[in-house]
Amino acid sequence: MKEFFAMGGYAWFVWPSYLLTFLAVIANIVIARRSLAAAQAEARRRLAIAGEEG
Amino acid sequence: MDWTWFHRLASPPHVYRIAGTLTPWFAWPAGLLIVAALYGGLVLAPPDYQQGDGFRIIYVHAPTAWLSVMIYTTMAVAAAIGLIWRMKVAHAAAASCAGIGAWFTAASLVTGMLWGKPMWGTYWVWDPRLTAQLILLFLYLGYMGLRAGIEDTARADRASAVLAIVGVVNVPIIRFSVDWWNSIHQAPSVMKMDRPSMPADMLVPLLLMLLGFTLYFFAVLLVRLRAEILRRERSASWLREALSA
Amino acid sequence: MTPRRRRLLLVVGILAGVSLAGLLALRAFQDNVMFFFDPSQVAAGEAPSGERFRLGGMVRPGTVDRKSGSLDMAFVVTDFQHDVKVRYSGVVPDLFRENQGVIAHGRLEPDGVFVADEILAKHDENYMAPEVARSIKDKHGGVMPVNPDPASAGGGGAAAPQLPASTPVTRF
Repeated sequence: MKEFFAMGGYAWFVWPSYLLTFLAVIANIVIARRSLAAAQAEARRRLAIAGEEG
Repeated sequence: MDWTWFHRLASPPHVYRIAGTLTPWFAWPAGLLIVAALYGGLVLAPPDYQQGDGFRIIYVHAPTAWLSVMIYTTMAVAAAIGLIWRMKVAHAAAASCAGIGAWFTAASLVTGMLWGKPMWGTYWVWDPRLTAQLILLFLYLGYMGLRAGIEDTARADRASAVLAIVGVVNVPIIRFSVDWWNSIHQAPSVMKMDRPSMPADMLVPLLLMLLGFTLYFFAVLLVRLRAEILRRERSASWLREALSA
Repeated sequence: MTPRRRRLLLVVGILAGVSLAGLLALRAFQDNVMFFFDPSQVAAGEAPSGERFRLGGMVRPGTVDRKSGSLDMAFVVTDFQHDVKVRYSGVVPDLFRENQGVIAHGRLEPDGVFVADEILAKHDENYMAPEVARSIKDKHGGVMPVNPDPASAGGGGAAAPQLPASTPVTRF
């Protein structure tokens, strides 16, 4: 197990590249979901205003 | 030929609906493929005869680099469709691509630097391939900046579409830079007409990772596209229907 | 002509124009885009004389000469057509090995020796397990063929590693 994490002496290069890549992967999921939730909330607000007026 | 499917793609409510239905069909296979590829790449694949375990950076560097150019090409094609057919949904798709592409271009540059330092002996050199990839990042940032700088959505669509189409010439430059000029970067191992330059136990995790990242991109793109469509839609008629579903 | 056709032609026109401009620009900057020069280009006098440039090629086996107790070293860079002798003092990257790609940054001295102040390693696109590499090496008289593909590397000589016919020498 210790050997696995040592990556043959390249741990300092291998693990940060995996970490950064999956940071980008997760960040994009979070950004996309938040953006959709915000757009949906905004659309509901607009509908509510339209409903009051109509 | 029946073109109704193409015309239906121009309808925001229709695209909003099918994008929502399709998302899990991309997301779940993507997740499974990436987990399998991580196990294959980090555990099952043997170390390389020259680079030892350091070569395993390929399993994140190649997919991020692939996404960076694939997303740009998708963005430019969507922008061209939007420009030629005046299709708002296509413009919305192009706009949704940029943010994702910029992230993965940055990731490809950083993973490349982390691979370059131990193997080549330097984090960065002004090599044709590396420089072209940096220009790709600036193209994404320029595209996003241009969109952010124009208030009117229709004008922002047209101006940014022209930039996206102009920038697409950088894509073949990135791909063929290692063939056209002397470069420190190695030639492609997989993305070529010839047989891949690695054995199956190294290659299969890489292919799974490339496929997984591609499906992942489309899953994220569909979510962002839905948000973009909602944000652009001013008429209340179908919003009520879309939100109640 | 319909407006859609006109827009289509506009997009095609933009693409054609930008591609042409890019092509011309790249041709004009060809020398600057060249990241390194190989020994044949140096022999033909294409490399800038009296200026710093990068020299790229393979480290010729048996030519690496390290002075014990110092970082001084010398080796020969080859593209299997011409050789250039390189002098260097400093640390070399992990992948600096005989028969491996190398890029030296420095200046060509009047005596024909390239004095480098930076050494970068270049690896190729071939990956394989160490055991496979060893067994191929054994079959080829102790010399690692450039292309590890056993089918195309068959009958590799002992002195010079075989370059696959499709690979230009400069790409090593």
